[in-house]
Amino acid sequence: MPMRVELNVNGASHAVEVEPRMSLLDCLRERLFLNGAHAGCEHGVCGACTVLIDGAPMRSCLMFAVQADGYAITTIEGLSPGPGELSPVQDAFCETHGMQCGYCTPAMILAAHALLAGNPAPTRAEIVEAISGNICRCTGYAQIVEAIALAAERMRGVNRPEGADASAQAGQA
Amino acid sequence: MKPAAFEYARPASLEEACALLAQSDDARIIAGGQTLVPLMAMRLARPRLLIDIARIGALAFIRREGDMVAIGATTRQCLLERDPIIRSDLPLLAKVMPFIGHAPTRARGTVGGSLANADPAAEIALVAVTLGASLSYRDGDATAEIAAGDFFIGPMMTALPATACLTAARFPIWREARIGTGFHEVNARQSDFAFAAAAAQLALDADGICRRAAIGVGAVTMVPLRLAAVADALLGTRCEAAQVRDAVTSALAGIEPMADLHASAAYRRRAAVSLAVRAITDAYEAARDANAC
Amino acid sequence: MSAPASHFRFVSSDRRVREDRRFVVGKGRFAADIVMPGTRHVSLLTSPYPAARIVGIDKSAALALPGVHYVLDGRELAAATAPLVAGLDTPNVPRRPLAVDVARYAGEWVAAVVADTRALAEDAAELVTVDYEPLPFVLDGEEAYAPGSPRVHEAHGSNVLLDRTFVWGEVEKDFAESRHRLAFKVRWGRSSTVPIETFGVLASWDPWREILDVFASIQMPRFPDQVALALKLPGSAVRVHNDVDVGGSYGVKRGIKHAVLASFLSRRLGFPIRLMEDRLENMRGGDAHGPERNFDVEVAFDDAGVIRAMKMRALDNVGAYAGRSPFQLGKPISAIVGPYRIQSVQYQAIAVTSNKTTQEAVRAFGQSPTNFAIERAIEEVAWHRGLDRLEVRRRNLIKAEQFPYLIPSGTTYDSGDYDAVIDKVLAQADYTGLKAERDRLRGEGLLAGIGIAACLEPSGANSTFELLLNPKNETTTYTESCRITVDVSGAVTANIHTVSAGQGHETLVGTVVGEVLGIDPDRIRVVRPDTLSSLPSQSPVGSRMAIMLGGAAFHAAQKLKARLVAIGAHDLGIPEERASYENGNVSDRAAPQNKRSFMELVTIAHRYFHRLPPGTEPNLAFSHVIQVPMGGKLPTPDGRVQIYPCFSFEFHLLLISIDPDLGKPEIRRYVIGHDCGTVINPKIVRGMTMGGIAHGIGAALFEEFAYNPEGQLVAQSFMDYLLPSAHEVPEVEIVHHVTPSPHTVFGQKGSGESGYLGAPAAITSAINDAIRPLGIAVNSVPIKLAQLGDMIAAARGKP
Repeated sequence: MPMRVELNVNGASHAVEVEPRMSLLDCLRERLFLNGAHAGCEHGVCGACTVLIDGAPMRSCLMFAVQADGYAITTIEGLSPGPGELSPVQDAFCETHGMQCGYCTPAMILAAHALLAGNPAPTRAEIVEAISGNICRCTGYAQIVEAIALAAERMRGVNRPEGADASAQAGQA
Repeated sequence: MKPAAFEYARPASLEEACALLAQSDDARIIAGGQTLVPLMAMRLARPRLLIDIARIGALAFIRREGDMVAIGATTRQCLLERDPIIRSDLPLLAKVMPFIGHAPTRARGTVGGSLANADPAAEIALVAVTLGASLSYRDGDATAEIAAGDFFIGPMMTALPATACLTAARFPIWREARIGTGFHEVNARQSDFAFAAAAAQLALDADGICRRAAIGVGAVTMVPLRLAAVADALLGTRCEAAQVRDAVTSALAGIEPMADLHASAAYRRRAAVSLAVRAITDAYEAARDANAC
Repeated sequence: MSAPASHFRFVSSDRRVREDRRFVVGKGRFAADIVMPGTRHVSLLTSPYPAARIVGIDKSAALALPGVHYVLDGRELAAATAPLVAGLDTPNVPRRPLAVDVARYAGEWVAAVVADTRALAEDAAELVTVDYEPLPFVLDGEEAYAPGSPRVHEAHGSNVLLDRTFVWGEVEKDFAESRHRLAFKVRWGRSSTVPIETFGVLASWDPWREILDVFASIQMPRFPDQVALALKLPGSAVRVHNDVDVGGSYGVKRGIKHAVLASFLSRRLGFPIRLMEDRLENMRGGDAHGPERNFDVEVAFDDAGVIRAMKMRALDNVGAYAGRSPFQLGKPISAIVGPYRIQSVQYQAIAVTSNKTTQEAVRAFGQSPTNFAIERAIEEVAWHRGLDRLEVRRRNLIKAEQFPYLIPSGTTYDSGDYDAVIDKVLAQADYTGLKAERDRLRGEGLLAGIGIAACLEPSGANSTFELLLNPKNETTTYTESCRITVDVSGAVTANIHTVSAGQGHETLVGTVVGEVLGIDPDRIRVVRPDTLSSLPSQSPVGSRMAIMLGGAAFHAAQKLKARLVAIGAHDLGIPEERASYENGNVSDRAAPQNKRSFMELVTIAHRYFHRLPPGTEPNLAFSHVIQVPMGGKLPTPDGRVQIYPCFSFEFHLLLISIDPDLGKPEIRRYVIGHDCGTVINPKIVRGMTMGGIAHGIGAALFEEFAYNPEGQLVAQSFMDYLLPSAHEVPEVEIVHHVTPSPHTVFGQKGSGESGYLGAPAAITSAINDAIRPLGIAVNSVPIKLAQLGDMIAAARGKP
């Protein structure tokens, strides 16, 4: 039996009717046409399906859409400041070429955003730990780690209003 | 890998959840879902009703209750990593948290979910057995307590009745002045299920003599093992290397380690000895260096 | 022709990869993202048995489910389609998307269910009942090779798909005259590159236009025409859309059975069909496994450890069917002696069927296992003679002054300076210090070892190895193409004719065209027309695109430039020799103030017919189809032929420590020297090397498609097939060297397989250096830590 659920995604509210068995991943992709979250394994190992739930990275293939109401869900589509613009993290990934095929990339960037929101000066080990739940088969991780370190360095050099993490959690007040 | 169809219920209270569980012949409880959902995706689990208890507030808590720390079953694992009560009162549990899965699975997975799943390599289960935690559950209208050592009865098998819902785990607080903990595991990749794991918590007196010990080994046998004989052997000693090794070796000589695709029984036994010695050594050194407080 | 190195404007500069922009915002266009109204979904029903006769299939319960449209079985599909193209001449080993009467491996696709949603299709697949009669089966490659083993394909008469021995040079004489010989065996376990995106295809047949549109996550030469052949359609009825982003392939996404299946269903049922493998379908039945190879090697050498001759028997267990996978025994003939001066070689290539999942092409197409065996040979020689392993390599290496170097199997290596690369690595790593660190770790009670590997990456790709293994095949053409247009506004567009999986081809072509034309690469639009509008492409296999796509783009751009010069010279009233081209503008060398700007030239080409040189076509559109350098010849009767044109070199040096009780290896330091000639884009090349090393770490330490004795794949999901995470891949230091190729336009060689070609050999070398003092060695990959722990314990006499 389909159920109605209201999802808050990238600051906008969406009411959808889904079977209980529809994963949050499939719901984002098929109902909300947000294709940036990707299916890699559908059993919670590869991390390509990562979204932010209240700012924390989680595997959207391991949640059912009917469980996902009441959270602020952020997908990769919620991170760009505007059409054709890149967030500092996204731009850093382009600077270091922290990807090849791009399939794991939205998940990596979301994990990076979450890391830097709480830790503006992560060590290499902390960066590695933050992305350790996301598998990449193309890059061997080196240029991804460098992207995150570069983003951290650039963001530390920027004036930021006290207490605000505006770009890290798009959609929040 | 789409699950078989099911109905979804989100009861507002534990009573409602148990009632639903009792009246359905094919229902399962879901909290974090980090283990259950993959099983459902592979259609190895196919409940007709999923009872979501994750948002029942009464089941999520971390609090002191006398000489215990009580942790509600639906408490997210990530909260344990940062909670001050866990850090100060259950240092061994705090120590193992980063080894459990990955941050994204700890963000969603729950303490109760890990315990109820009963993977032989689960770290929380190992700590529960090592420290002698007790688990409480509700079955219909009745509530019951069971010692962790009696709770785990086989790989992925617990003594929890089919109609019951785990509600809390209670871990004893050690009040000794000089406490140290140690934990080691070996796995193919960091964060994989371990092939062997060992946990130790020691309390020393002012002269560095061990006055209290709790040692456990996990992932080696079908359920976590509390090594009471090793703990006893360490009491009254300074945990010298050779003595620790002898105690651990003889305690593990008689166990029946698991063997699978990843590791032989002999490997598990050998690794368990090595890791237990390390865990005990770490715990001793940490306790010895701890300031009385 | 080659352009001189060192004064490139854009080539070798550290430019951003333009493709990255769409990926960082989640706007890649992957196969699962493409939506067509009315699409239905496929789920596969798979064989639970490694071998079984399919007695009957009952579809009734499945078809009764609402939302289910069709259940297709192998017989119906086989009646309407041709078998999939095989590479070897093995007509009695037909391969089809669905099993026909016999299922030959656990996980083989037996029926396809079509429903409104994927979930419904899976529900229905569970309701299809198949009556199986289990048959005897064989899993081990040597057993399959031996007479009397169960035959996977009865009509073929045996399990042997290929058994050919090549003798290049006077092998027996060289052995007889050598002071020493030794023999050893090594085994390369079955793994694969396992992209995070599974294979997916969306196929839609338009019966009014009579065109089949295919959108697929593909990396495959001849994909459109093989789909057409199987479906018995004219080639011009299949339109493959190349503007699909592929989520990683590294060889394996051949998807031909998936595409034929989905396409047939679309034609049969009248709506678009999506087949998106789930991970279980992919691991068990996607036919994307990699080589599983036993090597028996014998080498003949002198007191100094210089190897004169080698005999290599390579037996590969390709699984239940064969597409191109047996050719992974043929491509390494291109570098059969590695970087060494071995004078004569006997090579026996054996491919056998067994009741395991079918293999597909994996990154480097068999070169990495072969390098693994060659490097083991060098190390065995060194240990046997009590010589330093690095020194023995030095003594065997081809020297810089010996290039171009002809190897016994008929390939000439284009260029190289292996000693220089090694020197750089030793300096970077502080080799003396590294050895001291190893000894210090040993002093702490750890096992510790230094790993060394010197390996080649044949690049550029040429399918002449097919001719060696299937004499009926006379294909000597292996091409790539590029078409460049300039529109009336002066916008430059380059058309490329392949799908990419992250290799940065758009950036490559923009850079090359910009270099030739002297204009900013970012101004050059790169697009991918569909295959009906395309020139030929062999797709990005064999580490070929820098060489081939770069070459095609270069030559097309040169043609454009020549036209601009011709137009400019004519309009200036000067002979062409006096015309000077710079950054799109043409001027008179003798009077530079007389010039025509790029826009003026473009306008003449498009609009001022009266100012064009007589006989010149209006418009600016130039294409080039480039044949692989050094290619185009048939093999000699004794099987000698140039295979790949260019040879990159890599030298790995690493330090590993192993806890003797736990057996867990830890990489402490990793330095690689890499020479792929001129580097067109440094970021792309570095990424390839790092990624290749990660794949190599996986193959060496973590990944295996393990089967149990009942023929079931036990590593069916990512729970058991262990992919390296960021924790498992150490920091790697790369040092570069450039020895340009004389065969390519900028001196570039390929780098798409770098790192993967040598990492398994290097890691094995390090582990063996660590455990040799115990009198043991590992002889196979992957090296599972628990097994290593058991070996170490046994050697130390501990239980």
